Amino acid sequence: MIHISKRVDFEIFRGKAAWLNRYVGWAVRLIAVLLSLIVSGILIYSITKMNPVRVYATMVKGAFGSTRKIWAWLRDLVLLLLIAVGLAPAFKMRFWNIGAEGQVLAGGIATAACMIYLGSANIPTPLFLILMAAASMLAGAVWGVIPAIFKAKWNTNETLFTLMMNYIAIQLTSFFIPRWEHPKGSNTVGIINAGTQAGWFPKIAGSQYLLNVIIVAVITVAMYFYLCRSKHGYEIAVVGQSENTARYAAMNVKKVIVRTMTLSGAICGLGGFLAVAGADHTISTTTAGGRGFIAIIVAWLAKFNTLTMILISALLVFLQKGAVAIASEFSLSNDVSDIITGIILFFILGSEFFINYKIGFSKSSGKEA
Amino acid sequence: MENEVKAPAGAVCAESGEERIPAVRMEGISKRFGHKTANENVSLEIYHGEILSLLGENGSGKTTLMNMLSGIYFPDAGSVYVDGKLVHIRSPKDAFDLHIGMIHQHFKLVDLLTAAENVILGMKGKRLLDLKSVRRRITEICERYGFEVDPDKKVYDMSVSEKQTLEIIKVLYRGADILILDEPTAVLTPQETRRLFGVMRNMKQDGKSIVIITHKLHEVMEISDRVAVLRKGEYIGSLLTKDTDPQQLTDMMVGHRVSLNIERPEPENLRKCLEVEHLTVIDSEGVTKLNDVSFTANGGEILGIAGVAGSGQKELLEVIAGLQNAQNGSSVIYTDMEGRTSSLLGLTPMEIKKLGVALAFVPEDRLGMGLVGDLDITDNMLIRTYMEGHGMFVDFKKPRHLAEEIVRELQVVTPGIDTPIRKLSGGNVQKVLVGREISGHPSLLMSAYAVRGLDINTSFMIYRLMNEQKKRGAAVIFVGEDLDVLLELCDRIMVLCAGQVSGIVDGRTATKEQVGLMMTSLGAGAAGAEEKEGAK
Amino acid sequence: MNQTLAQIISLITTAVSFGTVIMYGSLGEILTEKSGQLNLGVPGIMYLGGIGGLIGAFLYETHTAAPVPGVGLIIALACTVAASVLGGLIYAFLTISLRANQNVTGLTLTIFGSGVANFFGGSLSKLAGGVGQISVASTSSAFRATQHLTDKLGWFDSIFLSYGFMVYLALIIAVVMSIFVNRTRRGLNLRAVGENPATSDAAGINVTLYKYLATCVGAAVSGLGGLYYVMDYIKGTWANDGNIEAVGWLAVALVIFATWKPLRSIWGAYLFGALYWLYNFIPGLSRSSQELFKMLPYIVTILVLITVSLRRKKEDQPPSSLGLSYFREDR
Repeated sequence: MIHISKRVDFEIFRGKAAWLNRYVGWAVRLIAVLLSLIVSGILIYSITKMNPVRVYATMVKGAFGSTRKIWAWLRDLVLLLLIAVGLAPAFKMRFWNIGAEGQVLAGGIATAACMIYLGSANIPTPLFLILMAAASMLAGAVWGVIPAIFKAKWNTNETLFTLMMNYIAIQLTSFFIPRWEHPKGSNTVGIINAGTQAGWFPKIAGSQYLLNVIIVAVITVAMYFYLCRSKHGYEIAVVGQSENTARYAAMNVKKVIVRTMTLSGAICGLGGFLAVAGADHTISTTTAGGRGFIAIIVAWLAKFNTLTMILISALLVFLQKGAVAIASEFSLSNDVSDIITGIILFFILGSEFFINYKIGFSKSSGKEA
Repeated sequence: MENEVKAPAGAVCAESGEERIPAVRMEGISKRFGHKTANENVSLEIYHGEILSLLGENGSGKTTLMNMLSGIYFPDAGSVYVDGKLVHIRSPKDAFDLHIGMIHQHFKLVDLLTAAENVILGMKGKRLLDLKSVRRRITEICERYGFEVDPDKKVYDMSVSEKQTLEIIKVLYRGADILILDEPTAVLTPQETRRLFGVMRNMKQDGKSIVIITHKLHEVMEISDRVAVLRKGEYIGSLLTKDTDPQQLTDMMVGHRVSLNIERPEPENLRKCLEVEHLTVIDSEGVTKLNDVSFTANGGEILGIAGVAGSGQKELLEVIAGLQNAQNGSSVIYTDMEGRTSSLLGLTPMEIKKLGVALAFVPEDRLGMGLVGDLDITDNMLIRTYMEGHGMFVDFKKPRHLAEEIVRELQVVTPGIDTPIRKLSGGNVQKVLVGREISGHPSLLMSAYAVRGLDINTSFMIYRLMNEQKKRGAAVIFVGEDLDVLLELCDRIMVLCAGQVSGIVDGRTATKEQVGLMMTSLGAGAAGAEEKEGAK
Repeated sequence: MNQTLAQIISLITTAVSFGTVIMYGSLGEILTEKSGQLNLGVPGIMYLGGIGGLIGAFLYETHTAAPVPGVGLIIALACTVAASVLGGLIYAFLTISLRANQNVTGLTLTIFGSGVANFFGGSLSKLAGGVGQISVASTSSAFRATQHLTDKLGWFDSIFLSYGFMVYLALIIAVVMSIFVNRTRRGLNLRAVGENPATSDAAGINVTLYKYLATCVGAAVSGLGGLYYVMDYIKGTWANDGNIEAVGWLAVALVIFATWKPLRSIWGAYLFGALYWLYNFIPGLSRSSQELFKMLPYIVTILVLITVSLRRKKEDQPPSSLGLSYFREDR
């Protein structure tokens, strides 16, 4: 009685969907988001007995209530976005890079090391920033390319390999924390160069996080064109669809895998640079803070379109900020934001089904075809 | 040529006299997939203790029809009766319960499990596995019908023929009385085919009904008692095998007499293009796929390659295209228009391209190798040319023009050039692929099963395109399965048999029987064939 | 000499109790992955299981004047199973019925589970009108009751009998699961579903049902790991320190290490436990180098992953359809 068939009008290289599909897709996603907001509202109501309208008002106020809050929202948005953008080429190649968390941390360690060891060297800020960016990208690239080499050479399962690399990075961070700890005995690194602010992102036009936004905006747009217009992007799309076709098209599949993961790891590593030099000015095992995982979901839901990722990141970070605001108003645990993130992602993930598949009803005695 | 032949009178069926209740009766069966009709109002009977051939061209709906008996699909309209009772077969399990079992072309076996485990998969029974009694029953079945299979062998260690045997045992183990075999001989050597036919006869004697889906006429004549013919999803008629002959069946199958009348221009200005010598290929499993193959392909002629499926055709083309490695001692020498020679062996596709070899390749697996289903027509044009042009960005202008040109010239039916080609029908997909390959003005054009699954008009378009390339002076290598086509299209035909060259014959003088014989037994019939090797 | 012996015994008992948490997680995931479902939500499910049991016991103890440990134990077990099966159901519905990507859905489940658990772990006392940290001493004592028979057994007692019942339950589950997977008809069907769902479907196996059941039962087993951690390992309280998530990923690693075989995950779990705590038993390590030692389980897992891909032994590979959704019309 119910027929389920696949819609296949999504073009993989340039990422176009047939116009009808595109609008249906956005409508379905919008409904999913609304539903998830209702469910979250009910949940918050049942815990706090707060009037649902006030729930949403508090959330909006919590996220956008002041200029400082908006900037904090932007800062977190662009960090999540950058990691998702870094993951996009890997996922487009159907390489399951679950290791963003580790790649971000690796980049963060490299940045923190630069700040700590070179902070007193009086390097001019622009040069210092470039140096740190390069170091973090290198560290992230190494973290990303190791699983890629094994995947290319021996087809070692990359999902599980990159997952393990996360925890090695976390332990590596734990290894450095006692060495860098400040003050002694606190088992935290503390604010690095709190006095000199060496290696910190400079304020631009009075805004502390404008540089973060600029860097990520440039990379996001560049990645969009890299994936949808460049020769490399084409190779990534073809390798992701069929290795046989890629070889037929005279592509060097192994090279494409290694190159793409180097890029993916490097951008995620740059995320560590942004987190450490551009936001936290410290490093801990929670510097990535699960963003590496959430970014995977963002990249996947955006179907590798980096511009769509902006919307999804903005929504998720807004919800997190809003949830935290509610939690603090009722002095509850901040973890409520993870619950809400989970709920909204479940809904969007579920809604993909109604976008990717056509569901029809037949009146005959036929069964599911 | 378009002379439609109606099913002969009296073909309607069954042995005269006694009223027999058919084991299976399908009545008015229709099945559609989207807008494509697979079966239209088909009625068919299968009797106890007979071997029925279900004959039809590729795409005539034979497999779909039988899938509705085995519970894979459910008909949109029509009814099925088993032993006179109306039934609804909604799943393979329902089919098994009605003692119907199908052996699919693509084996449905779990590689990691043993033969015995595969046999009892999904069956009801005691909670704990009792493999001992399963082994015993398998051995019984084997002895009864003359199979050979080791119940403890893992499927991944099995040959194709062993796997097929296992599939048949699986069906018999479940108590099937009606067995459907979907093109069982496509993957078998002649010896294995003979053994299979022996087993089928034993089963028939045991009272089983057997349906064999095939498009090979000699098999129909050899094994079956009765033939039912489908054409374009419709039931044409059925005949007792003893009352018919291949000519009549062909007429029923294709709807018009097979004088194909494919154009075959005289070869002009032959020049040596590709010289393959002592080519030996051993795959990663250690199986010899090609054994000491030598031949020459000339510019200005079409070299056909005949052979049963899996005789090394795929490997041959892939080695030349740089997609597979060959053993030491092999040589593949390419000669360009100016007479310069270069060895292609061991080069990657990129290196071949950089040598300036204009090589075009229409592979068998169209959407798995030649094209990407989720890319649109324009982006599929890029597969050969995306690296062209300076800078890091792709130039979309040329491929877009090419895509438009191909859609126009080859009458590709598509909503537009930015539709993912997975949405196109098989014939249109092939037009896109062939169109792209010949757009590079190849000096060597290789094609594998270029007309498989295509309708007659598209097939003729492909023949015409091949001939155009031949007239241009390209060397065309045409791997085919239909001997009639090979004999009418090709100037010379190389026959492969189990990875070896059985002989090379002149397409104008060779007969179908001769080529058929060479395909199945090495060197047979080649004595009479005119060796044209080195004629130039 | 005696001190060394005491050290070794201590390492073994540490390894066994910590390893048991990992073992539960990995046993559940092995069952789930056998059906072709790669559930990266294991940490989330262990969180849900842990907090479910804790909430159950907490509500029981706060609403009863004189809580009976045994009753608290049963309530905690039931709540754990319910909470983790619920987590498994969300994952199953999204990935099996709605064909959402398994990796992404699993990760979301981990985020969701850790959110729910840490939220209630941190706020439960307050929500219930109390103050301070949750504690379920009575129920926890039932979980921690050891199996001492006499005092005369010395080291034997320490190594084999000094644990709560869930350590032994894990062993029983491993053995039963191994027999189920390898020796029963349903186990055979399950393996077939994970290897080749289309073939299993054609053989009349209800692929969807098997996947649902394997995911939900697997989730229940994984969830028990969270319960054991909360009730026994950290003695009936809650710690918002991300340890359950770390153990959850170790459990995923152990699945690979055990090459999808339940029995191998027994000694694998104890080995992981020993490797993880090894730094405590090596004298003279700085705080930094201790952290390097904690990498060992992950490094060992990567080495196993590489070895498996190099050896290409078919029996050691992941189930062939792992991570792919099955859609009947695709065949």
